Amino acid sequence: MSKDIKLMQGNEAIAEGAVIAGCDFFAGYPITPSSEVAEILSNKLPKLGKVFLQMEDEIAALGAVLGAALGGAKAITASSGPGISLKQEHIGYASMCEIPCVIINVMRGGPSTGLPTLPAQSDIMQARWGTHGDHAIIAITPSGVNESLYETIRAFNLAVKYRTPVMLLTDEIIGHMREKVVIPSKDELEIIDVKLPDVPAEKYNPYNFTSGKVTPLAPMGEGYRYHVTGLIHGETGFPSQKIDVIQNAENWLIDKIYKNIKDIEKFEEFMLEDAEILIVAYGSTSRSARQAIMMARAAGIKVGMFRPITIWPFPEEQILNLSKKIKKILVPEMNMGQVILEVQRNSCGAKVYGLNIVNGEPITPDQIFSKIKDVSQL
Amino acid sequence: MSDRIEFRFSGSGGQGLILAGIILADAAAIYENKNAVQTQSYGPEARGGSSKSEVIISDKPIEYPKATKVDYMVSLTQESFNKYINDVNDNGIVIADKELVTDLSKAKGKLFAIDMVKSAREELGKLLGLNIIALGVLVELSGVVSHESIEKALMKRVPKGFEDYNKKALEIGFRLGKEIKNNK
Repeated sequence: MSKDIKLMQGNEAIAEGAVIAGCDFFAGYPITPSSEVAEILSNKLPKLGKVFLQMEDEIAALGAVLGAALGGAKAITASSGPGISLKQEHIGYASMCEIPCVIINVMRGGPSTGLPTLPAQSDIMQARWGTHGDHAIIAITPSGVNESLYETIRAFNLAVKYRTPVMLLTDEIIGHMREKVVIPSKDELEIIDVKLPDVPAEKYNPYNFTSGKVTPLAPMGEGYRYHVTGLIHGETGFPSQKIDVIQNAENWLIDKIYKNIKDIEKFEEFMLEDAEILIVAYGSTSRSARQAIMMARAAGIKVGMFRPITIWPFPEEQILNLSKKIKKILVPEMNMGQVILEVQRNSCGAKVYGLNIVNGEPITPDQIFSKIKDVSQL
Repeated sequence: MSDRIEFRFSGSGGQGLILAGIILADAAAIYENKNAVQTQSYGPEARGGSSKSEVIISDKPIEYPKATKVDYMVSLTQESFNKYINDVNDNGIVIADKELVTDLSKAKGKLFAIDMVKSAREELGKLLGLNIIALGVLVELSGVVSHESIEKALMKRVPKGFEDYNKKALEIGFRLGKEIKNNK
C-alpha cells in the first residue's frame, strides 16, 4: 500500500494525531499560535460523532476536558503561554485525581501576552512546576511536523496508561510550519484505549496505589461508584489526613511516573560516538543544532547531540553517563536558561555552557556553530 | 539541484503570500517528492503589517526551517522590500513590483522591477491573483518545480469557479518570468 503523504502544518498534525489516537473530546479557548488545533478539530470531531467545545476561558476548558475524561473520553485541550498559566489549577487537579488528559502548549514568547506570533521555549519549567504541590508530569518536545503527529498519539497513550496529564510542548515555528507528514494507518500503531477495571464494581478502588500498578480509571456511569476530590485521598478516593495515607498518596504520584521512566523516556542520539562537545537540544532548536553539528564537523570539530523527546521526566541517567565521557556540554534554548539547569544538575565533571537567545527569532545554525567554536577553544 | 534553495514571498498581510508559499511547498513536496518546508512570519495585526512566507526546497532533509540566504525573493510592498531584503544572497534574485516598490535604494542581489500589478489590472481585470502571478514568476525563474506540478498544487487550493482565473494568473507569472530570463 502506498504511503499517505501530506504537506501539513504542525498544529494540523497534532489534530490529525489526536483523531488517530481516538480522541473523543476537545475543549479549548482559542489563542495564537495554537488556534489551528482547535479550528481543525472543530471541523473533524463532530463529523466523527465526537465532541468539540469552545469554553468561556482556558480554566473552564481544562475543567471540561477533565469531566469528559472522568466519563471515559480521551480528551485534549490546546493553548499557549497565557492560557497555560490559567490552566495550572486544573493541571494540579488532574495530577491529584489521576485523570488522563493531553494538554498542548504551542509555546510563544512571554511572560504575559508576550509575543503572540513568535516562538519561544520558555515554558519548559512551567510544564514541570507550574502547578503547586509535589507531583510528576510527562512532557514531550517534538522537533517537527511529522513528529508532532506521532508524539500526540504517544501522549494519549501515556495519559491513559499512567492516568496523568501529558503535555506536548511545541512552539510557534513547529506549530505553523508546513512539511511532509507520513500519515500512518491505525493498524501499524499502538493505541492504548480506556479499559474497564478487571475487578467487580463493588470491589473497585480508583486509587489502588499500594498495588504498585496503575488502576484503570472506570468511566463514570458504568456502575463503578467512587469519589473524586482534590484533597489528599486514600484508595477509595475519600479524603484522608492519616499520615501513612498522605505519604503513600504523595509517593505514588511521583513513583508511578519515575519508576516507569524506561517506558516513558524517549530520546535521539546524533553523532555522539566520537564527540568531544555534547549539545543537548530539544524541539525546534534541535534542528538548528543538527545543522550546526554538520558545519562544525566539516570544520574538524567533533560535536554530537543528545535530543530529549520526552523532556519530563528528564533523562537524568543519560546525561550523567554522557557527561562522564564528554567534558564540554552546550545547551542552546530559546529561553534564558531552563533545561541547562537540569543538565548542570545531572552532569558529572563536565563544563556546561548555555546559548540563550530570546529575540523572537529561532536560534540559527550559524549562532550555534559560532558558540561551538567558542566552546571548543575553552 | 542545490542542497537548499530558499524562497521568500514578502508583502503585507492579506496579499495571499502565505498561500503562495504553501502552493510552492506542496508542489515540491507532494508532486515532485522533494523535501520542502514552508514557514511564515507576521505581526499580531489581523491585516496589514509586513508579512513574509518562506519556502525551503531541497533533495536532502531540511533542518533549519527559515530562510537565511535567500535565493529568490519577491516583494509586493515597499515596507517589506526594505525590511526583508537584507538576507538575500549576493547572487540571489529579487523581484519587485514596479508600482508597489518605487524606492529601490536598498537593492541587493540581482534586482528586477516588473509589472505584476499592471499585468493583473490589464489582463485579469483586478488585483486578485497578484500572489499567483508572483508565484508563477518565481517558478519560471528558478525552475525548481515543473509547470505541471505547480498547476496541480494550485488547483488543489483554488475555490470552485476560480480555476481558469488562477490558471491565467499563473500563466502571466510564467510569461513575466520568461521575459526576465530573456533579458538577463
